[in-house]
Parts: sequence; structure tokens; C-alpha cells
Amino acid sequence: MGQTIDLEVNGKRYPVRYSPDTPLLYVLRDELGFTGTKYGCGEGMCGACTVLVNGTARRSCQIPVSAAAGKPITTVEGLEKNGALHPVQQAFLDEGAFQCAYCTSGMIMSSISLLQSNHNPSNEQIVQSLQGNLCRCGTHPRIIAAVRKAAAKMQERG
Amino acid sequence: MPKLVEPNLLEPERYEFFAMPMHQFELARRDFFKLLGAGIAVFAIAKDVMAQETAPSTKGFHNEDLPAAIGAWLHIGEDGIVTGFTGKAEIGQNIRTELSQTIADELGVPFENVRMVTADTSLCPFDAGTFGSRTTPTMTPQFRKVSAAARGVLLELAAKQWNTPSDKLVAVNGKITDHASNRTCSYAELVRGNSFAESIPAKVAYKPAAEWTVAGKPIPKVDAREFVTGKHQYTTDMRPDKMLYGKVLRPPSFGATLVSYDDSAAKSMPDVTLVHDGDFVGATAPTTEFADAALKAVRVQWKETPQISNAEIFSYLKQNAKPSTEDRFRDKKGSVPDGMAAAAHKIEATYNVAYIAHAPLEPRAAVAHWVDGKLTVWMGTQRPFAVRDELANVFHLTEKDVRVIVPDTGSAYGGKHTSDAGLEAARLARATPGQPVKLVWTRQEEFTWAYFRPAGVIEVKSGVDAAGKLTAWEFHNYHSGMSGIETPYDVANVHTEYHQVPLVLRSGSYRGLAATANHFARETHMDTLAATAQMDPLEFRMKNLSDDRMKAVLEAGAKSFGWPRKKTAEGQGFGVACGSEKGSYVATFAEVSVDRKAGTVRVVKLVEAFECGAIVNPDGLRNQVVGAMIQGLGGALFEAIEFDHGKIKNDHFASYRLPRFKDVPEIEAILIDRKDIASAGAGETPIMAVAPAIGNAFFNATQVRLTNLPLQPERSLNS
Repeated sequence: MGQTIDLEVNGKRYPVRYSPDTPLLYVLRDELGFTGTKYGCGEGMCGACTVLVNGTARRSCQIPVSAAAGKPITTVEGLEKNGALHPVQQAFLDEGAFQCAYCTSGMIMSSISLLQSNHNPSNEQIVQSLQGNLCRCGTHPRIIAAVRKAAAKMQERG
Repeated sequence: MPKLVEPNLLEPERYEFFAMPMHQFELARRDFFKLLGAGIAVFAIAKDVMAQETAPSTKGFHNEDLPAAIGAWLHIGEDGIVTGFTGKAEIGQNIRTELSQTIADELGVPFENVRMVTADTSLCPFDAGTFGSRTTPTMTPQFRKVSAAARGVLLELAAKQWNTPSDKLVAVNGKITDHASNRTCSYAELVRGNSFAESIPAKVAYKPAAEWTVAGKPIPKVDAREFVTGKHQYTTDMRPDKMLYGKVLRPPSFGATLVSYDDSAAKSMPDVTLVHDGDFVGATAPTTEFADAALKAVRVQWKETPQISNAEIFSYLKQNAKPSTEDRFRDKKGSVPDGMAAAAHKIEATYNVAYIAHAPLEPRAAVAHWVDGKLTVWMGTQRPFAVRDELANVFHLTEKDVRVIVPDTGSAYGGKHTSDAGLEAARLARATPGQPVKLVWTRQEEFTWAYFRPAGVIEVKSGVDAAGKLTAWEFHNYHSGMSGIETPYDVANVHTEYHQVPLVLRSGSYRGLAATANHFARETHMDTLAATAQMDPLEFRMKNLSDDRMKAVLEAGAKSFGWPRKKTAEGQGFGVACGSEKGSYVATFAEVSVDRKAGTVRVVKLVEAFECGAIVNPDGLRNQVVGAMIQGLGGALFEAIEFDHGKIKNDHFASYRLPRFKDVPEIEAILIDRKDIASAGAGETPIMAVAPAIGNAFFNATQVRLTNLPLQPERSLNS
């Protein structure tokens, strides 16, 4: 089963025994049960598996589990705080920015990453930073609206 | 293992027209209450439904066999919770919300008190499948009827209890109230200790759309919070106890057969179970990696056969059409030669349509579990009962011993009709009884081993007179299918025909089916005729239409788009297309911008007017309409499956391009709510007119006519 690797997911430590080159995605989903992070292509082309590593959006299917050792990882399950949704989650909810919603976790994680580095992104900047996330249902306009709404809410709160 | 027969794939779309067997109510009534607790249950039995309902008309001359009868049932528990049961599946089209609204509206209960159990073959009534935009037109009336009947039962119970005529009582907000005596009793109280089941009478009156209070409102997706928190469990997310991961060894090309098999190295790997049965080879293990490694250690040789490629597909389809002997493939009236003789302008053209993939973001997946010779399969499928029947057939089980459950699924678009991953998972799991096996197709498997929207060749010949009226219309579709094949325009001399061709690639249903191909050819051809007759494309369409609903969507779209528009920049072009299918109407207007120097084409704006009768949930509908427009962009502009000798060459998201954020233009959707018309489905029609509207706009900008799907407009600039 390989060496023991210490993962820190949503603020909790998980020692896992996996071969070091296993993609982080499979360890999160199959071993630790963080199935909110989705498999869509395994090739970094759809964004469904996006998580935050050190606060930045990364495709978990492209990161060997060993490379994620010791770095704080946030999945969609780690966003809710004391029963309150993250403003980006809330904005997706308010805008109805999903249909089948399989892409939603990845969209939310990518959007959070964007809003951490750019508090007031333009539509073009949102489009640019979500270009790697696929939504096959075609909910793009509402996703953009949700990111804008979340940005406004987060600025309000300061 | 018997060879799998998939009659639905012998001819694209055909299975849509097979009447499915009607066998209802396998769940004994006492079992029903055992499962759900005491309460009142009301059933719509298909036989009754059959008597009352005829299939709503869909366009085409072949629709006589559309299955009309689907049962539904409803349970009111002692806690006042109302549960609706339907064989339809939630695949992102938001039926869970829409049907809950319908029940709440008709039964008079708070929306929050309604639950839906969907697509579980042991709990839900038989259903042919979630396709053909049928959920809204067939399932909402049935839930209306069972809800109205249940309301009647509750009113009678209260009337008896209070010794008052039931017509003096009102049923609102989960309560029966007698205003005269100021008495109130909740549904929960009435139900308590009153377990019984009732079938609905043949005729039940229910509310007209004008009186809806919960339906017709933009209620958000009912379990939306589950999705934004990642809590919802799709099939791919399931991890039942003792679960193993499965993998299937894929042949190198379609139709390849196994000639040698040596698992001596793989067999010795710990915790691995190998399954070899005919050409099927698979493995299960505690992790996908182990299962993968085991299959890599299996030594196999395959025999491959030469097959045709996408480069020669269109000539193949033309040359291999079977002589059509059946009348249902043909529609003729008047005389096309006479009509052509009377024409002032005559146009003949050929349109080619490529194979495209559904590419649902959740790939095909299944969890199969054998216990004591009985099989349960969880999978994202649009046809759980058909999958159950196929599994029963393959494994020589009775239908009662197979249960198929569909977790709300990561989309399908017509692509998840077949048993595929479910059957494979069941074959793998049979080797480890008691241990469930999960099989998730990789993206590459999804692109290769699923089925495609069929390619097609469409030939059109037509003429208009000097006044701009159509005189003749001849339309031949080779292979891609019959949906939306009939012209909605007024013309006396018509010959429409569908030509069957043996399958080249595995083909089947798709959002909009062949209506997208047929509308592309027809609406492009109409545009060419308008240009030849030197008429405005919208005016030309209006002149040849008498269907008021079609005219209304064209007018609404034109108003919003500002048609006719003056060009204000070089390379600007405007186009329009319209259509009607499955009881709904669409008109799409497109603006494109062509930069000849840079060789680029941009869709700047899409405006679409859509009408599907009375709108049940305008918020969900808007999502479906805008979603179809954006999905339609892919098939219109760039999606095409490339294949050669039984191999799919673009089997990755990197090589099969889908619409992404940068491709999305400014979008406007106009939803026309017709409370006087029964609700039709909306999943498909909004995709049909996108491609021809864009192609026509490109012609308007460049005077270059594009006749293939995908349009690939950049290619025509660079050639």
C-alpha cells in the first residue's frame, strides 16, 4: 500500500497509506470519503475535481498524493462553518447556478480561489478563471452571476 | 451468457416509438405500507390512464406508437408528509422540484411537505423512460389526478367525521377546514389510523393552470443545498460497506474479438478477482489502482476488423441506404414535380451532420450488489425499468429479483438509456457475492464505448413562386432519424422520407434527437430560398406559416432581437431559425461577428423565444432553455466525433471540444407562458434552432453558405 502520507483535509489530519503517485482525487474520494470532489476526466481538463491546496484552486486529479502531504487542503465539504454556507455556496444557491450540479463543487472551489486573489473581478476575469471548468448543462450565465453576487457579498462583509 | 440484444440500437430513435409492456403494481399493497408506514395511498393505474389519455402530438408521421400510459402513485403518511412515486429519473432537468410543486398545488399541502421517490424499480410504477420531453406532459397530469383524488378522499374523511357535506369543506395548506363551524383538521390527523389504498376513478377533475398557486412559480431546486455542499451522492460517489472497485478490459477497437487470454500473472495478485466470460474481461479489487494493475497483467490478443472512418461516412450513408418499404418512413402529398414546375426559384442542397457525443460530466457508472441470488444495481440511467428487464434477461432472473435504483444523476442528454455500466458491474459483482462492486467509466471509455448521436445526410429540393410562396418541398434524411422531419411550412406538394442505413457507430438517442439535424437542414434551406427570392428571412418564413404558435415565437424573438437589424460593423451578420417539436415552439435569433483577416468567427448574441404551454416552473425552465442554447453551440460550431477503423480518435476533453465560458455569447431567453395550453416538455426543443440561426447569420455576414454540422465557420474562411 505504499508509505504513510499525512494529509490535512478541511483542518483535520489523515494519515493514509497509498502509493505516492496516486492522484490526490482518488485518495480524497475513495479513502477519505470526500466525494463532493468529482471525477470528470482525470486529465485536468474539466475542473470537476478542483480543491484548494494552500488556498489555491488545483485539479486534484493532477496532484500526486505525496505532493499534497502536509499542505492544507480544502474540499467543498470543508466550506460550511457552523451551519452557515460560504458566500460562494450561498450565491450559487441563490442564483440557482446548476442543473445536474455535477460540476458545481469544482465551480465553487475555482470561484473561491479567484475571489481570494481578486475581490472584485470583471466578467472577463471570471470567464478567464473558470475557462478550465466544464458545465455540460450550459448554466454558465448563472455561474457568472453567482460569482459576481458572492464578490459583492464578501466585499460588504470586508 | 446470451448475446446481448439491443433492439433500440438497431435503428436510431426507434425505441422511442415502441409501446412498452404494461405491467403495473408489482408492489403488493401490504408491502407498500410496510415500506412507507401507515397512511393513505392513491394510485393511477395505467389502464385507467390509457382510457383517458392519448399521446400528445409530436411532429412527424410516425408517432402513433408513442407510449402514453405511465402510472404514478402518492402516499400521505401519518406525519403529514406526502410522497409521490414516479419511474421518471432526475438527471438535472429539475423534475423533482416540478413534480413536488404539482402535488403541493393540487393536494393543497405546503411545498416543503412533499417528497419524491423517483426511478426505483421496486418502489415506483413502471415507466418507459425519461426521454422525449415526456415528463411534464405525461407525469404532471397524472400527479394532478392522484393528488386531486387524494384530496377528495381526505375531504370525505373529514365530512364523515364532522357529519357535514364534503362540498362545504376546503382543503388548503395541509388542512381541511369547515368555515361554517370553524373546525379544522390536518391531513396528518385524518390519515392517522386510516390506512387504505385507493385507485383513482376514470375521470378526475383537476385545477386549470389559471388557478395554480404553487405550480407556475419559480421555486428553487428542491434539494439544492445538498449539491452546493457536496453532500448529494451520485452513483459515482457511493461507497457501501465492503465495496470493491471494478475495471473492464476494453478491446482495441469496436467489434474486436478475444483470441487468446492468459491470466496466470494477474491471478496471483492479492485481493484481485478476475472475470473472464467470452469477450468480457474485467477485474475487481479494493482499489481502482489494483484492479487496473491486474488488468495490465492479463495477457490478451484481439482480432480486429477493418472499418470505415469519418472521412468516408457521408458517402457511405448515401450508398448504403436500405430501400424503404414501410409507409411510416414516408409522407407524400400533391406532386413535387408539378410544384417544382410552378416554381420561380429552385434550390437543391445536401446537408451533412457529424456524429457527436453526449459527454455528460458524470460518466456512466454503476454499483452492483448480489445478495442471495438477487441483484440490486444503482446507476444513472434514463430507463431503469428497461435496464432491470435486460439484467433479468441476461442473468436468467425474474424481474422481481432485480432492482434498479437511479440516484439523481450528473446529466444524460439522451445518452444514458442503455444498461452498459450496470450490466458490466453486475457481471463483475457476480464473482464476489455479498460484496458490492462499483464501476466508473473513465472519460476515455465514456467517449468510446457509449453511443453517439447518429451522423446523417439530408437532401432537400424545393421551389418558391414569384410571390415567395413555397410550391414544392422534397426532404430525404439518411440515417440520422425522423424527429422533426416534417416541415411546419404551408406547401401543397411534399415528399418527406427517412432512409434507414445499417449502423456504423453505435448510435442512439440525444437531446433533440434528429430534430436538430432536420431543423438545421430545413431552416438553412429556407434561408437559402429567402435569399434567392430576395426576401427578408423572417418575412419569408411568416409568409409560409399559418401556425399561430410558431408565428408568436418568431414575433417575440424578433421584437427582442430588434429584427430586422441594420449592420453597424464590418463582419456583422444576423440570422433566424424556428421550429416546433414535441408540442413546443422555438425561434432563435443569432448575431455573429466575422473577422476575415484574423480568420475568426464569434457568436455575439443569441435570443430565443420558447413556448411550451403553461409553464410549471419558470426558473427551472429558464435553466433548461439557456442550457440547451449553450449546449447547442457545441454541436453547431465544433463538436464532431472522429473515428477510424473502429477507434475513436478524439476521446478526451482536450481533443473533443465542448462549449466553455469563453464560447458563451450574450444570451436572452424569452419564455411565453400559455396558461390556456397544456404544459409540454422543454428538455429538447430549445436546442434545435441554434445551429441554423448561427449558420444563417454567418451567411448574412459573408454570403458563404455552410451546409455541414458542425459549421466550423473558421474553416470556410481559411479555405
